[in-house]
Amino acid sequence: MSVLLRTEGVHKSYGGVRALDDCTVEIGEGEVAGLIGPNGSGKTTLFNVITGYAKADAGEVYLGGRRITNIAPDKVFALGIGRTFQLTRIFASLTVMENMLVASKHGRASARKRAMEQLEFVGIAGHHAAQAGTLSYGQRKLLELAYVLVAEPAIVLLDEPAGGVNLTLVNHIANRIRELNAAGVTFLIVEHNMEFVMGLCHQVTVLDSGTVVAAGPPAIVRTDRRVLDAYLGEDPDAEDLEAAEEALEPGVGEDA
Amino acid sequence: MTRARALQVAGVVAALAAAVAFPQVFTNPAVTNYGVFAMIFVAVASAWNTFSGFSGYISLGHAVFFGSGAYAVGVAARDWHVGGAGVFGLMPLGAAVGALIAVPFGLVALRVRRHTFIVITIAMFFIFQLMAYNFSFTGGSSGLDAPFLSWNLQTFNNPFYYTALACAVAATAVAWLIRRSRFGLQLRAIRDDEDRARGLGVHAMRVKLAAFVLSAAITGLVGGLWFYYIAQVEPSTGFDPLFDLFVVLMAFLGGLGTVSGPVLGALIIEPGQLYLTTVFTNAYLSEILLGALFLVVVLFMPRGVIPTGAEWITKLRTRGRPAATSMPQAPGPTAVQEAQATQEAPR
Repeated sequence: MSVLLRTEGVHKSYGGVRALDDCTVEIGEGEVAGLIGPNGSGKTTLFNVITGYAKADAGEVYLGGRRITNIAPDKVFALGIGRTFQLTRIFASLTVMENMLVASKHGRASARKRAMEQLEFVGIAGHHAAQAGTLSYGQRKLLELAYVLVAEPAIVLLDEPAGGVNLTLVNHIANRIRELNAAGVTFLIVEHNMEFVMGLCHQVTVLDSGTVVAAGPPAIVRTDRRVLDAYLGEDPDAEDLEAAEEALEPGVGEDA
Repeated sequence: MTRARALQVAGVVAALAAAVAFPQVFTNPAVTNYGVFAMIFVAVASAWNTFSGFSGYISLGHAVFFGSGAYAVGVAARDWHVGGAGVFGLMPLGAAVGALIAVPFGLVALRVRRHTFIVITIAMFFIFQLMAYNFSFTGGSSGLDAPFLSWNLQTFNNPFYYTALACAVAATAVAWLIRRSRFGLQLRAIRDDEDRARGLGVHAMRVKLAAFVLSAAITGLVGGLWFYYIAQVEPSTGFDPLFDLFVVLMAFLGGLGTVSGPVLGALIIEPGQLYLTTVFTNAYLSEILLGALFLVVVLFMPRGVIPTGAEWITKLRTRGRPAATSMPQAPGPTAVQEAQATQEAPR
């Protein structure tokens, strides 16, 4: 499998805080990759550096063979990297359909048709004429996923797609991701819901203090001592270890 | 065509017919004078709204383009010895100068967001006013005089009225076309969340600058006409700090970011202000009243007459029931999340 997205030794500091420290991550083409780590470990910062919202102090970002370090967000998007935000960001005063058309490059009629198809795919087509600000939180998550898909990105970066939504919707989103992945879309997913990550991702990268501490298939990462350390601090007692292993257990999120 | 659409078209046609007939029906020059100023401000408020209303970047520096358009036409008429109706032909120069100034102005001011942008536009405004006072080609504090027109006093206003009407219709048509276009959609996306829009491929700087320059060009064009109509321009009238406050008030009163709102706002405020100034002779009183009006608008119709009025009509029609749009539940949000979502009031 060829590497689609790669960061190489990325450093990023905010004042005295090292958000990313020599961060090297590889995402293979066609993968669903997970990015996990404790709060403040640099996951969202890495997303920001990749998508041009934050400038790397050092290091490189490559898409395919192409160097895309520190280019503007609109250009990153045009090159085929779409992303969602942890706190969903939709255009509240536009209608749902207008939200969909922001990223569209097609002519009016075909753009609408494709937008409608995407809305049907995520399951909110019935709301196409509603003002986006009236949508519920879960519907906003779906809209954000849908309008990123409009431009057919090669890779989609999802920042906590399962955060703050109920189990039915979590499973719904997981299934949509599987379908898109089967159609060739690569994913990089930041998520705290371990069931979701372990059930969905082919590869998991673990960040701690801005550095990659482990990477590999979920089954291996799950039992990695450094991962457990990262989540629990060093020398956890046996009970904590057991609880952590349980939390990292795969299972739910397969099929609703 | 739906019934609502047909009503809209009929409304626009009726308004246009009334506007064309206005100076034929009210032949008193004192009345047509109101008409000329009203049309000038319809054009300017529409142009201002096309940038500020759609993008959310509130400009308090559009007097820069208005005054520069006036001065450009004035200087050209003086130096090229253009007289009579020929001065109308210089109006595109006002547009060109407005647009030219807007490019560097926009490149600087549009780097910053929202509130900082407003402050920079105010600073730009004072720079231009100071320049008008101090350069020799602008005539310093005495300003410039327009070429004399020996037209019949009874119908003197009519050519100005129809030219201003044409500008007003053009500016409103431009706003309408942009509102419906992909460009307009990108502007409104920038208003809601500029960073998110950039992450969806919107070239934010390019889009903002294009709208800013277009808006400035129309404002400069109308500035040229205004100069010729009042026959002179001074630094304090060409670059008038109250100009932008009036324009902003017009847009807010009618409905910021709507096409018809600024038109309605200008039609209410400009004649109202002129009338109050005539009645009370004390110019400050009309300004105080307008300030009070602004507070009333902000308190009771923060989104403006057009959006709030439309809402009231919908409420009356549906008698309090929610509008009949089918809203099937998407996969389930919890009550808490719904509550979170509704906290964000739509603009």
